[in-house]
Amino acid sequence: MTDTSTAAPQAPVTPPKPGRPANRLRLARLRDFALIPPIIALLVVGYLLKPDVFLSQSYLVDTVLKYQSELALVVLAEALVLIVGKFDLSLESVVGIAPAVAVFLVVGQTSVLGAPWPAWTVLPVAVLFGALIGAFNGLLIVRFRLSAFIVTLAMLIALRGLQLAIVGGATISNLANRIPVVDDLGSLRIATIPLAIWIVVIAFAVGMVVLGYTRVGRSLYAVGGNPDAARAAGIRVERVIWLTLVVAGALAALAGLMLSARLGSVAAAQGNGMIFTVFAAAVIGGISLDGGKGSLFGALCGVVLLGLIQNVLTLAQVKADQIQAVNGLVILVALVLARLTSGKAQD
Amino acid sequence: MDPRADGPVPVAEAVGVTKRFGATVALADGRLTVAPGETHALVGRNGAGKSTLVGVLTGLLRADAGEVRFGGSPAPAAGDRAAWRRHVACVYQKPSVVPGLSVAENLFLHRQPRGRFGLLSPRLLRRQAAELLEEWAVHVDPDVAARELSVEQRQLVEIAGALSLGARFVILDEPTAQLEGRAIARLFDRLRDLRAQGVTFLYISHHLPEIYEICQRVTVFRDARYVLDADVAELGRDELVAAMIGEARGLVDVGADRPPVPADAQAALELAGVTVPGIVTGVDLTVRRGEIVGVAGSAASGKRQLAEAVVGLRPREGTVRVAGLPIRSGDVPAALRGGVGYLPGDRNIDGFVPALSVAENATMTITDRLGPAGFVLPKKRDERANRMITDLDVHTAGPGQPVSELSGGNAQKVVMARALANDPTVLVLVQPTAGVDVRSKESLLGAVDAETRRNRAALLVSDELEDLRLCDRVVVMVGGRLVAEHPRGWREADLVAEIEGIGAAPDPGDEPGPVNGTASAEREQR
Ligand SMILES: Nc1ncnc2c1ncn2[C@@H]1O[C@H](COP(=O)(O)OP(=O)(O)OP(=O)(O)O)[C@@H](O)[C@H]1O
Ligand SMILES: [Mg+2]
Repeated sequence: MTDTSTAAPQAPVTPPKPGRPANRLRLARLRDFALIPPIIALLVVGYLLKPDVFLSQSYLVDTVLKYQSELALVVLAEALVLIVGKFDLSLESVVGIAPAVAVFLVVGQTSVLGAPWPAWTVLPVAVLFGALIGAFNGLLIVRFRLSAFIVTLAMLIALRGLQLAIVGGATISNLANRIPVVDDLGSLRIATIPLAIWIVVIAFAVGMVVLGYTRVGRSLYAVGGNPDAARAAGIRVERVIWLTLVVAGALAALAGLMLSARLGSVAAAQGNGMIFTVFAAAVIGGISLDGGKGSLFGALCGVVLLGLIQNVLTLAQVKADQIQAVNGLVILVALVLARLTSGKAQD
Repeated sequence: MDPRADGPVPVAEAVGVTKRFGATVALADGRLTVAPGETHALVGRNGAGKSTLVGVLTGLLRADAGEVRFGGSPAPAAGDRAAWRRHVACVYQKPSVVPGLSVAENLFLHRQPRGRFGLLSPRLLRRQAAELLEEWAVHVDPDVAARELSVEQRQLVEIAGALSLGARFVILDEPTAQLEGRAIARLFDRLRDLRAQGVTFLYISHHLPEIYEICQRVTVFRDARYVLDADVAELGRDELVAAMIGEARGLVDVGADRPPVPADAQAALELAGVTVPGIVTGVDLTVRRGEIVGVAGSAASGKRQLAEAVVGLRPREGTVRVAGLPIRSGDVPAALRGGVGYLPGDRNIDGFVPALSVAENATMTITDRLGPAGFVLPKKRDERANRMITDLDVHTAGPGQPVSELSGGNAQKVVMARALANDPTVLVLVQPTAGVDVRSKESLLGAVDAETRRNRAALLVSDELEDLRLCDRVVVMVGGRLVAEHPRGWREADLVAEIEGIGAAPDPGDEPGPVNGTASAEREQR
């Protein structure tokens, strides 16, 4: 062995000075916009398929976006729950049960709880009911430390059963004529844009501000990213999780009422199977299933992307009985695309 | 090419390795030559690129440029994990065992011995595992689940597993950062035995005495570059430090000039009868303003749990007062509001949120001061964080960088910055200098010293005698009770004897074997 060898000659590499923060920030923003190129690509494809109608307001707003508005709200709800590091499968059943209960109390053939209630109660009752479901899930998950996955799965099944019992296999229909609130939700327009879309835009805008720039919002990321560290830093972890579940339940209930308003009815199967699309949109949009990562803007892009894909498929005259299978495939393709364009692993 | 052409073929060799992460140059010129049979130290300041080189040497990171050779032949292809594992193994600070599986199953993961009909045979598995552990003299029961192992046992099991794969070159990245004195001594005995059996080690540590104790050669990195390599015996401590920090200024003795605590200083932290059932029993302790009180003890002593009880992470009995006002049990926000600044003992468990930025982690306890009415303004947050980054000399690309991308020691500084952030009356610090380089240790302890000169106080729980030297007073915990107290100027031998319970109250925990002793204690901490 030789003795102390000499110092290193200066190689022509830049000194390891830290990179400029500006660069990093720009990079992080770019990742948020990862879904914009595929969305633009789909718009181009849609335009090429149907140049006359596709890029018109009536098509994009009233056909594409309006049909995604309920999905978007549930994705917002699920995104919050995923960011805080939990799961909520029962949101899709809240989409059905909350309007069912609220509408039933107003127009149902019943006298429980002093029904029929006045028509205006539909909105607050539905939202409150959704929040209560969230609170109950929270009780089981936070207090009794049960697995969120199983708790909300059981809740999903139970609520489905309850909904069948209330709606009785039939459909409560012709709501628009009987309940003015529902009529407004379904048909009111502000500046030519449907109310439902305004609600989604406002909900996401508020959500982004809260998640990005408030103490509560940032604590969601801390709790989802490492609950032990969040606790040691003085964040009330249990309370944050609970609050998130309650807000998610309320949002899903609002989405359910909007769906009922659009269809003018509450079907026994309302919301059935929606949760798969919800998860797909959230994950495509970059929300991590492990918690603590993702942005609402990304989630919104995920919703828009899925909506465009479906419409482009319809325009391309994929048969209705095949669209389900194609849809599943397309979700997989979208996942792969999102993975490639964002450069981030989906976990 | 071989810089030591006259010597034996090196077990592992890296030449001109470079690695960038985005704009950050993690390694600009990584060079290393490890001769067979030696224990080779790799040292350098936090962020010097040591762990990055380890990543390249184990094939987990792909270098941008440069070459790695094992035993004279080029390293395997990037995807061929099995081939890499035959050459080199690494024991990280984070466990790489499957917690739910037994030790035997972990050792033979995916290469379980088969019995009759080609099916797996649990009996055969257990026997082979026992033989393997026996061969490398690792005294661990092959049937216990990996999550039950202490840090020390886990490291030895991982080493044994690596050796059974054929690797005779093992990398240890800061193995002693979470170990107490006795466990370190035992680990070193094992390393010496293994070396005698022909195993080569690359040893990374910020504890320079350890380098002199078990290493023969040392390589120094500075600012992402190789600086020198030398025989340990021929490189004095001052020269080594100078090579690491790039200037010939010696290290200062932090706290040597601390003024005595005035006799009439008010109490900052008062513990009365603090009890954590089964772990801590009836601790009475008063820390006055301007005072640093050190808490020493073995891993089983309950010292860490005492700190956790004070900040509210564990339910407790007894009273805790900060500046005279009682603090509710089990309520962390109340403790922080009451004036406690807390640094958790293991940053990888509850120190930081890896995906969040340096700024968010550092300001997590003071989000109420960063904007009006529940709002957090990023500009204010970054301003605040930038000040902390400068104060504690955190090596980072900026306040927006996720902490997961920082080197270990720099992540520790971020956690320390947070402890200081809420202008606390009393700092509760657990292992504050774990994984921090010699110079940064100076600045971290210097910060504690400066903060506590006037109104503040600190409770400093540590295994490091160096940290405890700073304290005005050191209390010793054994078996959940305070058994002794020393003013500044204690003798190391006395303190160590008391920590190990010689001549003090007996340890309530049973000690089934030499290695098992700490296992039960460290498990309790999880
Ligand atoms: N995944 C990553 N992304 C961006 N930068 C990184 C990443 N990993 C490491 N770095 C940067 O590379 C540099 C070297 O890091 P490395 O972990 O090798 O340091 P180290 O010598 O092991 O330090 P320590 O003694 O603190 O563990 C650091 O500045 C770190 O911030
Ligand atoms: Mg390191």
